Amino acid sequence: MTTYILRRLIQTAGLLFFLSVLLFALVNLAPGGPLSGQGQSRHIDPDKVELLKRQFGLDKPLPTQYLIWLVGNDWMQVDRDGDGVMDGYGTRLGILRGDFGFSFRTRQPVLTEIGQRLPNTIYLTVITILVAILVAIPIGIISAIRQYSAFDISVTTFSFAGQAIPEFWLGLILILVFYAWLKNPFTGDPLLPSGGMTSIDVSGFDLGDRIVHLILPVLTGALGWIAWYSRFLRSSMLDVIHQDYIRTARAKGLSNWSVLTKHGLRNALIPLVTLLALDLPYLFGGAIFVETLFAWPGMARLYYQAALERDYPVLMAVLIIGAASIILSNLLADILYAWLDPRIRYE
Amino acid sequence: MSEMNQLTSINNELSNSLTESSTMSMGVWKRFRRHPGAIFGMIVLSILLVMALAAPLSPYDPEASEMTARYEAPSASHIMGTDALGRDLFTRILYGGRVSLTVGVLVVVLSIFIGVPVGALAGYYGGTVDSVLMRITDAFLSLPSFLVLILLSAILLEVKIPYLEGNSVLTISFVIGVFSWTTFARLVRAAFLGIRETEFVAASRALGGSDMRIMTRHILPNAIGPIIVEATLEFGYAIIEESGLSFLGFGIQPPTPSWGNLLSNAQDYFVKYPWLAIFPGLMIFLSIISINYIGDGLRDAFDPNKVLSKVGEV
Repeated sequence: MTTYILRRLIQTAGLLFFLSVLLFALVNLAPGGPLSGQGQSRHIDPDKVELLKRQFGLDKPLPTQYLIWLVGNDWMQVDRDGDGVMDGYGTRLGILRGDFGFSFRTRQPVLTEIGQRLPNTIYLTVITILVAILVAIPIGIISAIRQYSAFDISVTTFSFAGQAIPEFWLGLILILVFYAWLKNPFTGDPLLPSGGMTSIDVSGFDLGDRIVHLILPVLTGALGWIAWYSRFLRSSMLDVIHQDYIRTARAKGLSNWSVLTKHGLRNALIPLVTLLALDLPYLFGGAIFVETLFAWPGMARLYYQAALERDYPVLMAVLIIGAASIILSNLLADILYAWLDPRIRYE
Repeated sequence: MSEMNQLTSINNELSNSLTESSTMSMGVWKRFRRHPGAIFGMIVLSILLVMALAAPLSPYDPEASEMTARYEAPSASHIMGTDALGRDLFTRILYGGRVSLTVGVLVVVLSIFIGVPVGALAGYYGGTVDSVLMRITDAFLSLPSFLVLILLSAILLEVKIPYLEGNSVLTISFVIGVFSWTTFARLVRAAFLGIRETEFVAASRALGGSDMRIMTRHILPNAIGPIIVEATLEFGYAIIEESGLSFLGFGIQPPTPSWGNLLSNAQDYFVKYPWLAIFPGLMIFLSIISINYIGDGLRDAFDPNKVLSKVGEV
């Protein structure tokens, strides 16, 4: 198993290297960009552009730029003030040493920008996943053990609908209902806020205010996952309860409850755990609609703003981190699967 | 020479009897018909399709503004109301449907054109061909695809290439299609791996069938079920992805309407004029749910064993 994980990790490094070359070329070879003056209305002085290009190292050939991005430039002479003369060693450390460069937009280190946004995305995503799972598990189980009951039929219909509702529409409709239409009967204010993580006038940590701001984004983000996981758990539970060992458990006189939980649910949850590991990056990726709709200061919104303004260092950083998290969660899913189901062995 | 001819004719007969699938497709259709969700999906999708085709019959122009009729609520003359420029929302939704459905079809065609050959070659030849092609597929699968779609369409928005200028329907379909073929490749590869070891493939090879002939005439027809099911689902994903991109402002650009950019434009006014947000999203929802039901019906229809063990299940 250790050899297997090691081999996969080495493959991951190779794949990430290949993807980083591909993405870097794509991003940097494309015409236009933040310094081209295209796509923006403001006029930029051409001399200033040359100066900025030299300062950011954008005048160098692409392979050199990639090398600097990867391993930094503190070992080579650079033109610090952009006057065309090499005047000292660079300060970039490269992504291999945790330096993703500076954002064109804010001039802040990319890692600082990400560091400010990532906790907000994790906070929203973790709560969304928890809500999705806590709702989906009981729904999936009940509809499996009461197959073809009225409950089951309405749940399966709901899950079909839930998977077909685009998040960005669901969010708009929820804002319409809970912000524009429904009012707080005591104050006459909108029932729920339409965006942000906290109210502007609230200072410090206010749990009630936090929760109120979470309801709509979490509902928007979770509905599709509730539909998908409850449907998945239903069919996985149906598979399990038709197995021989369930019949054996019943035959030896176990109560219905312990058959279902100890033998049924445990086995039905195994595929769900691995599915969850596989879905993790998509949960983060799907946050883009929720974060833009509800003005949530997270990673996905950072990416959206960076794409609008062609902020390449930020775009590259988010894409590479995204690719790494997809590959690693695939690995995690495989490891979890082998760990939870001893019949599975990797060489 | 005559021996060669004879072999060829036997080979022809062999493949004819294998692809002679009238009985098979009859069975598929029969089972499909018995799936109520699939029939519902077919009806709704057909209505949407006919409406999109009939868009030019609308008395209103989809792009010309009429400042005297701004923000009119749904009424007999404007059944879905009008927008900020006084344009009839229903007409714009019909034209938007043309855009969304066209993108869906183009993406499916493009991803079949890339994915099926990749999967077929990998599954049929195995070895180095397989590992090279599958590593490329893995690389595509490891990218956060929607984020890359955003990046690509943001870049292409500024590029001036004939036919692809300003994120036309063609550009967006191309961008989405380039990231949608991987499922087809994996699916077809798996089918080819299974079928290439069967006796009828060995028989065809013994009779002198070329690799190309074996792949296209013998193996591919047997893998058609999963390909059709996947194509249906892919059609739905493509519509969602196009709407999502257009919603964020990177997809189809106004004044050309698409369901996604109609919703995007509605964002600023929908609290006061809710119909602007309700109707375009409803169209996306209806098309996706009907496509998913059709896909589900097709999956059961192509896989009768599954139908028998899970009758009535969604």
